[in-house]
Amino acid sequence: MRTSLVSNFLAVILFSLGPVLFAKESSGETGGPQGTKEEIREYIAHHLQDSHDFSIASYTDASGEVVHWGFPLPVILWDNGLKVFSSARFHHGETVAEVGGNYYRLYHSKIYKTDAGGTIRYDEDQHPVNQKPLDFSITKNVVMMLVTGLLLFWLFTGMARNYGKNNGIPMGIGKFFEPIVLYIRDDIAIPNIGEKKYSRYMPLLLTVFFFIWFLNMFGLTPLGVNVTGNIAVTTALALIVFLVTNFTGTRDYWKHILDPLGDGMPWFGKLIIYIILVPIEILGIFIKPFALLIRLYANMTAGHVVLMSLIGLIFIFKSWVGGPLSFGLSFAISLIEVLVALLQAYIFTMLSALYFGFASEEHDHGHGHEHEEPELANL
Amino acid sequence: MEKLINEFSIGLFFWQIVLFVLLLLLLRKFAWKPILRAVNEREQGIRSALAAAEDAKKEMQNVSADSERLLQQARAEREALLKEAREIKDKMIADARAQAQAEGDKIVRQAQESIEGEKKAAIADIKNQVASFSVEIAEKVLQAQLENKDRQLKLVDQLVDDIKLR
Repeated sequence: MRTSLVSNFLAVILFSLGPVLFAKESSGETGGPQGTKEEIREYIAHHLQDSHDFSIASYTDASGEVVHWGFPLPVILWDNGLKVFSSARFHHGETVAEVGGNYYRLYHSKIYKTDAGGTIRYDEDQHPVNQKPLDFSITKNVVMMLVTGLLLFWLFTGMARNYGKNNGIPMGIGKFFEPIVLYIRDDIAIPNIGEKKYSRYMPLLLTVFFFIWFLNMFGLTPLGVNVTGNIAVTTALALIVFLVTNFTGTRDYWKHILDPLGDGMPWFGKLIIYIILVPIEILGIFIKPFALLIRLYANMTAGHVVLMSLIGLIFIFKSWVGGPLSFGLSFAISLIEVLVALLQAYIFTMLSALYFGFASEEHDHGHGHEHEEPELANL
Repeated sequence: MEKLINEFSIGLFFWQIVLFVLLLLLLRKFAWKPILRAVNEREQGIRSALAAAEDAKKEMQNVSADSERLLQQARAEREALLKEAREIKDKMIADARAQAQAEGDKIVRQAQESIEGEKKAAIADIKNQVASFSVEIAEKVLQAQLENKDRQLKLVDQLVDDIKLR
């Protein structure tokens, strides 16, 4: 009880301190109001991206030196051989890192191969044209995924052990998580997939739900991570759902895609319709997970953009009215974001379950006739 | 769209797939399966406990119905027994009374008959005795009256007189 109080207190402190810390950096090198706007935009863009070091805050001290709070992370590159080094060598993109005779530079959170001077050449659209080595670095987002994974593992294996010890009676944190687990089972998995096959998909649904939810919640902390608002992460999640859906697909699932009308029509009639219908159905296989990945990405990114823009307003207004107003607004949006964090996790899980339900459906072929008979009898 | 593709990081994608699949497999083995099994077992337990309670309730109802029926039966039996006993008692009393009456009547009748016989015998005896007493008394009177000659003569005279007078 005491520890939870302490951690709650710490969370509150961190939460209220977050904007203050950001403020120092943002107002560090102010030009005019136009410069502030530009800076805020860049700051938001930077925040939405992954980064190679775990920075919590940075500010300019009295002597004009930029001070960074945080710690470097390992950089892993594949560039004619594996190259591993600390991201401290980039000095937050200010210097060129020399590793095994190659020079690398961080530019807008991406690593480019450069010459010793660190020159970056641009095309006419101001995009760098330098070679990009394959980057498997343990970035901030990877660290957060690891942390979340460990947290989930610790929480739920503890919960499982507790069940073993207490004859299936939930204790401690299990009391909080059990209703959620049961909700996913009884209101997401069973209605969508069916009593017979749901248990096969339960581990994936539960893992997806808690993984997304926890990462969404981490995104709301002042740690400044945006894992679920990253297109690569949501793509990976959607790809897993896509693969599971199609590899567990039953004969009826594929029949529904490739022969949607079944015995309802002679073959020459089907031929004309199927030229249009079957490509649409096949496209649907890909559109479903694509919608999943875009939905999660867009919702989380939008949430972060709105929240950070509102915080940024404080530095644009710089007045007695604007400050409290944007603070109040960003506080309200934060509360909504807490809801959205849960909602998006729920929607992702729900739709995954729905797709799994399509994939594992099995029509009772005698069933259709049973439905017809009463109608005939009524005639 | 171009920005999205530009933002897409192969490295992060790779790590996400690896970490997620690893997490999924680990959680499946060490968390979800034991948790879901425990929950299922508990629900099964609750369901069977409820069913057992329902059964027990039915059993209880059956038992109480049985005992009620037995009680009813016992009560009826007792009624029947009591009624029978009462009937037997009444009959016995009636029989005894009738028998006693008959016996009494018979005894009285016999007594009357024997009294009658005794009476007759006694009367006959008394008659005989009176006759013999009378003869004896007459004998003694005659003896006393005819002891001397005067009296004998007197008596003869008297008898002769009697004859003459008539």
